[in-house]
Amino acid sequence: MTVPLLSLQGLTKAYPGVVANDTVSFDIGEGEVHALLGENGAGKSTLVKMIYGLVKPDSGKMLLRGQPYEPAEPRQARADGIAMVFQHFSLFDALNVAENIALGMENPPEMRDLAARIREVSETYGLPLDPYRTVGDLSAGERQRVEIIRCLLQDPKLLIMDEPTSVLTPQEVEILFKTLQKLQSEGTSILYISHKLEEIRTLCDHATILRLGKNVGECIPSETSARDMAEMMVGSTLQTPERGSREFGEIAMDISGLSVPAPSAFGTALKNVHLTVRKGEILGIGGVAGNGQDELLGVLSGETLTEPDAVKLHGQPIGKLGPTARRKLGVLAAPEERLGHAAAPDMSLTENAMLTGSVREGLEKNGFLDWGATKDFAERIIKAFDVRTPGPGNAARSLSGGNLQKFVIGREVLQDPDVLVVNQPTWGVDAAAAASIRQSLLDLATKGAAVICISQDLDELMEISDSFAALNEGRLSAPREAAGLTVNEIGLMMGGAHGMEVAHV
Amino acid sequence: MIRLEKRPQPSRAWSMATPLVAVIATMIVGGLLFAALGKPPVEAIRTIFWEPLFGEFSFYYRPQLLVKGAPLVLIAIGLSLGFRAGIWNIGAEGQYIMGAIFGAGAGLAFYPSDSFLIFPFMVIAGAFGGWIWAMIPAVLKTRFGTNEILVSLMLVYVAEQFLASVSLGLLKNPEGFGFPGSRNLQSWDAAHNAELIAGTGMHWGVVAALIAVIFAYVLLNRHMTGYHIRLTGEAPRAAKFAGVNPTRLVLFCLGTSGALAGLAGLFEVSGPSGQISIDFNVGYGFTAIIVAFLGRLHPVGILLAGGLMALTYIGGDIAQSNLQLPAAAIQVFQGMLLFFLLAFDLLTNFRIAIGKPEVA
Repeated sequence: MTVPLLSLQGLTKAYPGVVANDTVSFDIGEGEVHALLGENGAGKSTLVKMIYGLVKPDSGKMLLRGQPYEPAEPRQARADGIAMVFQHFSLFDALNVAENIALGMENPPEMRDLAARIREVSETYGLPLDPYRTVGDLSAGERQRVEIIRCLLQDPKLLIMDEPTSVLTPQEVEILFKTLQKLQSEGTSILYISHKLEEIRTLCDHATILRLGKNVGECIPSETSARDMAEMMVGSTLQTPERGSREFGEIAMDISGLSVPAPSAFGTALKNVHLTVRKGEILGIGGVAGNGQDELLGVLSGETLTEPDAVKLHGQPIGKLGPTARRKLGVLAAPEERLGHAAAPDMSLTENAMLTGSVREGLEKNGFLDWGATKDFAERIIKAFDVRTPGPGNAARSLSGGNLQKFVIGREVLQDPDVLVVNQPTWGVDAAAAASIRQSLLDLATKGAAVICISQDLDELMEISDSFAALNEGRLSAPREAAGLTVNEIGLMMGGAHGMEVAHV
Repeated sequence: MIRLEKRPQPSRAWSMATPLVAVIATMIVGGLLFAALGKPPVEAIRTIFWEPLFGEFSFYYRPQLLVKGAPLVLIAIGLSLGFRAGIWNIGAEGQYIMGAIFGAGAGLAFYPSDSFLIFPFMVIAGAFGGWIWAMIPAVLKTRFGTNEILVSLMLVYVAEQFLASVSLGLLKNPEGFGFPGSRNLQSWDAAHNAELIAGTGMHWGVVAALIAVIFAYVLLNRHMTGYHIRLTGEAPRAAKFAGVNPTRLVLFCLGTSGALAGLAGLFEVSGPSGQISIDFNVGYGFTAIIVAFLGRLHPVGILLAGGLMALTYIGGDIAQSNLQLPAAAIQVFQGMLLFFLLAFDLLTNFRIAIGKPEVA
């Protein structure tokens, strides 16, 4: 029997109040692409942090090619040939590609030699990248390439990738997969973390599924259906949201010729945006993060004011109305950033229920607040959306991300909006709760509300939207009927691969 | 290894306990300081905290507590509204001066009328004087984005020049034998902010301070404006999402704190001080900043903190004369109080944990 590259044996790691990993064991073979599957909070991140030397296990051991492996810090892990691409990039915007890569190296070579090596590696692996470009000008996909090349320069034996495709267009994903397959053919093992099942089915040889910190099963992804894997992840039968049959009414929200300058140096300007959404319709808006999603939500919620005619509700100009006036008219919104935007972290859930609920729920009379009614409203949200918290008196920041997300969406849905705008409604929420949030959006549409769902999760958009448009650098593509759209078409709407080409392997 | 761990939510117990712990720590370290100066520490602490309340001459000092505490509380209440929303009015001293000038000026314009309308008119004019002085940084901030900290602070020095100017010119007492300073309002019944109950120190300013405490409490806890103030301070983006109009909020917070500081100035000039003079202001506007924070920006806390601050002032004076403690030592002692409060405040949001840190 061959010795696996990395063997994990009974790894356990507990944090106060939660066991993140409970006796997890599995092997990663040489040249294998191994998927690590699990919901948010299943313990995937803790596990890879142990492998990368960021966290020390409480018990259990790791063997690297049969030798005991106990990295005390990431530097040691890198020296042993283990590299990691994080979900969130650690790059300096103001420096160029080569300088950023040099910063992460122990003994960086001359800048000219380094640039030459970056070119060489990037061409070999089909990841074209100019070493002298400033990182601030790069797209998310290109930034990820910088991180990958930084890893490849170390000639790793094992490459860990944490949710690498969440920031990529479908075309960019294709390029990435070609690169990973080439790496694999050269004998590099890859530990691939994701919850996107179709990706794992095309790419990975083997999958380990984590649930609540435990290894609950392994499978060969190409021989297992996505549904089976999902049910292993969740541990129960999945409820697929049902679209009720519904008819579209008149146009509820109408944006025409909207241009808004970027609110800050790191924002995105909206350029000549047109969109309409009818009663009972769900408009899905896709696109890679940072292409104007936040700005579009601001325009719809009333945080950003525009020319009166640019935004119309039932034909009435509302571009100049602020958030409170729009709520009165039935336009509600749930921003992406939960802490600090959709909710005030240090305030209780009751106080946060007041934040958007005061107008429509009648929680305010002549400026005076009715805290009793607000508490009832908060409790209704907690009950209807299964928010896990000891009670409405708890601070928003004490809730887990997914639970707070449920609260934030529930707060708007329960107010019975005419138009609801949500940005990343299920981000960080477990699969079962995500399904119930999507179901609530569908129910809302069935009741005749117009829903605009901005999301980076294409599967989600395909599941619930009636029509689909994509944001790319502040421009919105023309909306198209969602049924029958192919992945390739969606990718092109999202801006394709930003002029990149697939690796010539 | 000792380190700090963020609490999942702020500890209510610690937020109540920190002022007490801070006072006790100040007593201990202050005692050590006095001992190092060769003074009896227990005696000194007792003089500062006990003598004004229960000592031999407390019949004289107790009214002084109200006289000194009322302007501090009145100004601090106004400041706390802005501080909660992240709007920093540092110029209450200037608004206090302008309130006194406007109020006294409005009254003196009718000298020697004995109409009962004089005093109410002065009160309104005093509040207006403080309000208009605070509107300068407010309008500059909302119109041009200037920094209200700098503008309001610099306007203190402008107000001091105004004070000197009117003391020597416009409001100078025509029967004052050429001395700078206005007529003494204490000897003009229609304008005198007299003690409501003789010998208690209870004057209209004390009443106004108590009303302000109640008003602020209701505003912050029961009213939309107060909710918006708190929301803006805790999460500005969420406040914008909730529909808070930042311009209106800046105008409201700076305006209210200016008006209250102006009222404090008016009650002082028409009562305990009696006249406009070059050295009329004694730093209430700056001390009130400390009072606001010592009271955790909470109305009831500010009431207690104002009392405590007045106590250390009066007790400090007694200690200076009885024990020959240097004035600087008293100031260090007062500074210590704020320092310890801010230091222990950390424990509201963090807990001390002993053990190895976790990299994650």
